[in-house]
Amino acid sequence: MTKVYEKTSMLTDKPFHYCPGCTHGIIHKLVAEVIQELGVAEKTIGVASVGCSVFSYDYFNCDMQQASHGRAPAVATGIKRVHPDSVVFTYQGDGDLASIGTAEIVHAATRGEKITTIFVNNAIYGMTGGQMAPTTLLGQKTTTSPNGRSAEANGYPIRVSEMLATLNGVAYIERVSVHDIKHIIQAKKAIRKAFEAQLSRKGFSLIEVLSTCSTNWGMTPIESLQWLQDEMIPYYPLGIKKEDGAV
Amino acid sequence: MAKVLMKGNEAIAEAAIQAGCRFFFGYPITPQNEIPAYMAKMLPKIGGCFLQAESEVAAINMVYGASGAGARVMTSSSSPGISLKQEGISYIAGAELPCVIVNIVRGGPGLGGIQPAQSDYFQSTKGGGHGDYRLVVLAPSTIQEAVDLVMDGFDIADQYRNPVLILGDGMLGQMMEPIEFGQHRKRVLPEKTWATTGWKGDRPRSIINSLFIDPQELENHNFALQKKYDEIMQHEVKVECYHCEDAEIIVAAYGTTARIIKNVIELAKNEGIKVGMIRPITLWPFPTETFVQVADQEYVKAFLSVEMSMGQMVEDVKLSVNGKKPVYFSGRTGGMVPTPREILAVIKSIKGGME
Amino acid sequence: MPKVTFQEELCKGCELCTMVCPKKIIVIATDRMNSKGYRPATVHETEKCIGCAFCARMCPDSVIEVEK
Repeated sequence: MTKVYEKTSMLTDKPFHYCPGCTHGIIHKLVAEVIQELGVAEKTIGVASVGCSVFSYDYFNCDMQQASHGRAPAVATGIKRVHPDSVVFTYQGDGDLASIGTAEIVHAATRGEKITTIFVNNAIYGMTGGQMAPTTLLGQKTTTSPNGRSAEANGYPIRVSEMLATLNGVAYIERVSVHDIKHIIQAKKAIRKAFEAQLSRKGFSLIEVLSTCSTNWGMTPIESLQWLQDEMIPYYPLGIKKEDGAV
Repeated sequence: MAKVLMKGNEAIAEAAIQAGCRFFFGYPITPQNEIPAYMAKMLPKIGGCFLQAESEVAAINMVYGASGAGARVMTSSSSPGISLKQEGISYIAGAELPCVIVNIVRGGPGLGGIQPAQSDYFQSTKGGGHGDYRLVVLAPSTIQEAVDLVMDGFDIADQYRNPVLILGDGMLGQMMEPIEFGQHRKRVLPEKTWATTGWKGDRPRSIINSLFIDPQELENHNFALQKKYDEIMQHEVKVECYHCEDAEIIVAAYGTTARIIKNVIELAKNEGIKVGMIRPITLWPFPTETFVQVADQEYVKAFLSVEMSMGQMVEDVKLSVNGKKPVYFSGRTGGMVPTPREILAVIKSIKGGME
Repeated sequence: MPKVTFQEELCKGCELCTMVCPKKIIVIATDRMNSKGYRPATVHETEKCIGCAFCARMCPDSVIEVEK
């Protein structure tokens, strides 16, 4: 008997604190597996952000730095400039990256910083209890858009991947989903391509992973994955947004 | 070693380079722009890294990352930019990271002005950022002293794993004076085994972090930080006592103002008034003991704090003097620099009030 | 014959594995709870397992191990 699937050594033994069915768990696994399979665990330094994944330094089995809200790309820049041969990644949610951290992600991308950002987009602020995020959809109800997001009151949701893909410093950007096995496999491939872009020093890479928040969406995990497919994918189309030559 | 004539801002940058700083992240703001410009020119030549960040906020977070990765790193700014950095500074202190931050102070509050001031004393010594932490605050009075303090500042930061603030002002930053490098005596410092350099299993995993969600753990962390600050207070106080023996009026002043006071003391002497000066060089840790001892002297009749602010250090002077003698304040602000004659007039009126 | 093991103490009963199993053999246990209060996922008809590991790939908490 051989193991067909077991937990990667790039994750620690600590059980995840995430809600039942939270896609953070799936995404952590994919990132960790890719790092392990690329054989770069010993030179990887991760940057944790502020959100539900604030404790990710307890889960990724490598050196980690905890950044303040929104600033992970700046912290990652500092690390990568000091250790240019290391593999540096940030793991950020939609509030962290697209709200308070807009300047930092845009400038890390345009500088072509050789870091990889895993952008977990679940269209809501999870950790703080379900407030509106820059990626919350029109009509979506949150604690700070209780009547549903309206364009007039709250503006439009941001398509981060398309926006950053306009920048020359970007080597690879793809938007993926994790709502079924087929898409999970595709997401892992994309994450691997992003890290490979960093390893071949092509520039900045980002994978936007459409994700769920069952707790704050008020749905079961299975219902949440369905809502992701039905409502999020039409506004946030999957696919490669920028690809700088073959990896 | 030969003396070289240098602008304050450039000398500060050169001192950092000589101290082994190879990483600088900053952002333009008057009156400190010569610091990033010097770093931009010099660091690439010596294999270092200069980056103009997108904001002062981004810059301080790059400092956090680079420091956490084990490097000697510096940022510089001026008052409004230092305000922006406060959250990052709190994080750096909480995560126990070493770095040097330079504040070339300008008039405030808000957008304020671009001329020298000393109105960031509270911000520097009483927090600035949130939480129970301290910055080691070094206040040079000459460009030579700025050079020496920057170099020692990096050592202090590494020794205690704490951010160090060099508190200058627009006058020091812009003026030129002859200075000598190579005077600095390096400290013996431990290796940075805590830095994130890639985990190969030969040490515990390095995690740079200031989050302690369990309150008892966070309290313990604060106790540990306080223990560190107690050690710094015990060993790192720096102060100059100038003509304090048998002086009847003691002026407290630092930085550029202290230079002016030295002139005032001469002028006062000519008019038969004995004035001395206590010049704190470390604003934190504040030289409380020196003030206590001087206040105890019978011949000392009054203290006068002179600052380029509306009165900030005067509160620490009052705390230290602790009611033994009256403490007065005189200052100019908004970028106005007091003249020796103005201060002499205040001293004369204090003396007049005593008679 | 493929073998699938569930570390029941780690399971949060999210049911995502039940959704992806092509043989529909994963169920939520009705007769027990783990110490966190969740009813864990489990397989009764183990002979129908094809060892595809879809369940293990889906599981956010690395509860499932698959051998073939």
